[in-house]
Amino acid sequence: MTEIVNPPAVGKSTRDGFGQALLKLGEENEQVVALSANLCESTRTLEFAKKFPARYIEIGVAEQNMAGVAAGLALGGKIPFMTSFAAFSPALNWGQIRISICYNQANVKITSTHAGLSVGADGAGHQALEDIAMMRVLPNLIVLSPCDANEAHQATLLAAKHQGPVYLRLGREPLPAITKPDATFNLGQIQTVKEGKDAVIIATGSLVYQALQAANELAKQNISLAVLNCHTIKPLDEETIIQAAKRYGMLITAEEHQIAGGLGSAVAEVLSSAHPTPLLRLGVNDSFGESGLPSELFKKHHLDSQAIIDAVKRLIAHTQYQIPNT
Amino acid sequence: MTTQELTKLALRIRRHIIEIITKAGSGHPAGSFSAVEILVTLYFHTLHHDPQNPKWEHRDRFLISCGHAAPALYAVMAEAGYFPVEKLATFRQFSSPLQGHPHNGSLPGVEISSGSLGQGLSQAIGMALAARMNNASHRIYCLMSDGEQDEGQVWEAAMLSGKEKLDNLTAIIDRNGIQIDGLTEDIMPLEPLKNKYESFGWHVVESDGHNYPELINAFDAAAKTKGQPTVIIAHTIPGKGVDFMENNFVWHGKAPSAEQAKEALNLLEDR
Repeated sequence: MTEIVNPPAVGKSTRDGFGQALLKLGEENEQVVALSANLCESTRTLEFAKKFPARYIEIGVAEQNMAGVAAGLALGGKIPFMTSFAAFSPALNWGQIRISICYNQANVKITSTHAGLSVGADGAGHQALEDIAMMRVLPNLIVLSPCDANEAHQATLLAAKHQGPVYLRLGREPLPAITKPDATFNLGQIQTVKEGKDAVIIATGSLVYQALQAANELAKQNISLAVLNCHTIKPLDEETIIQAAKRYGMLITAEEHQIAGGLGSAVAEVLSSAHPTPLLRLGVNDSFGESGLPSELFKKHHLDSQAIIDAVKRLIAHTQYQIPNT
Repeated sequence: MTTQELTKLALRIRRHIIEIITKAGSGHPAGSFSAVEILVTLYFHTLHHDPQNPKWEHRDRFLISCGHAAPALYAVMAEAGYFPVEKLATFRQFSSPLQGHPHNGSLPGVEISSGSLGQGLSQAIGMALAARMNNASHRIYCLMSDGEQDEGQVWEAAMLSGKEKLDNLTAIIDRNGIQIDGLTEDIMPLEPLKNKYESFGWHVVESDGHNYPELINAFDAAAKTKGQPTVIIAHTIPGKGVDFMENNFVWHGKAPSAEQAKEALNLLEDR
């Protein structure tokens, strides 16, 4: 079980964790190269570009070309990290990711920052809420969604070692540290971040912190909420999900993503075939984002800790009333 | 190879193309026929490659972006020794290494998977950049169709190639003037195509796409050009070699009937 590391006053974002890991990879492995579609500062690729200019390619605002160039570099023996915002890549270049990367089995690490609502003021066009859905349906691609900068750092190192295409989903906002800096990233395993006996939430990315805050508040009200961190959306840890369903009789999922097609849907798929269980999916309910502070947007879309508290209470009441424990 | 040998080879390849498309009941005759001399020049003159060792690290890379010309590619690869000619008959069959559009995971010697147009040049750039980073001296060649110049990604790639001055990259455009829905100049006019690539920083060479000395000169010129990538605009005839198919866009993606195939094979007999 992972302990919460006391959050520093100002956290680091998952994109920061990636940027630092990329630098480290650059020093350790000559084959690691990086590409940016005109967003190198925002995607934290700039330091790599300055330190290893011969191994950095500025593509300009051309995400489709970037996917193809990355594929060619990978087929030429390199380990390319291609970077942009999740609203643009994947998105504009989904067809290229599908054929040039996935069907070719090109060893490309698709790294997309600014996923989710917490992009904030830039508004809906920049707030990617569909990228998990778009990526997890592609064969040969693994999908990673780290919960803090430390985990993003480890995920990046793992991505470089992994043989095959990777999608790495990162955010813009600083987040308190939940995992320890040297914690092992166990690909494909859901992590128990907090034990609990009354209810369980499976969260990903920035929602893991919201879930922990909710758990701490619920504990004061004698409700014990277990918090699970799903950092690998694909391949999904079906075993842990089924065990949780058997233990708690109900589940909640939470993600900065549409409720259709992301983590919640993936969990629903497992449950409905293996162990049908009431499931409450927290996510954006089929709408676009908008300008606002992350806190305002989370509140509106029922993704903050208060929304999780309400969801837990609702689900407990529902299942106590209707569903006998199996 | 002598001119006579090359002529016989091209006839044989065209016969293979008719046979395998007819047997499969589907395929793309026009674009396959227009590409034959280009592919023969590459595989029998220009490319440094080893059909017995498709993964040879110093090989020149040949990427086919217009994957619908697969029948031509497969026929040329078979004649060059990448796999037995008998295997050609499995084109488009279930479990065949000869997929409807080339797949790098299915057939050794195929560098990239194609079929979705416009993606090859970007990947060629990636390979060219990797070669430069490694100080490797092999070259990268990418065959595109004229129809696929409609795809925006091609122009993104063209811009980047010029920016990066990729003189180890040679693109070839099979300028046969047709695409599925009709003539290129009716569907989406491309002219002046030469000027477009030149303005993106490319060296442009125009060639008769069915004339071996011109093609060989064009490839040699590309290899000698420093500081910029080269595109060879190969002027070709769609359906070249079978008179009832020539210059008729309906043959872009239609398989001949058994009688039409017989007639075509008669026209393609050795002379």
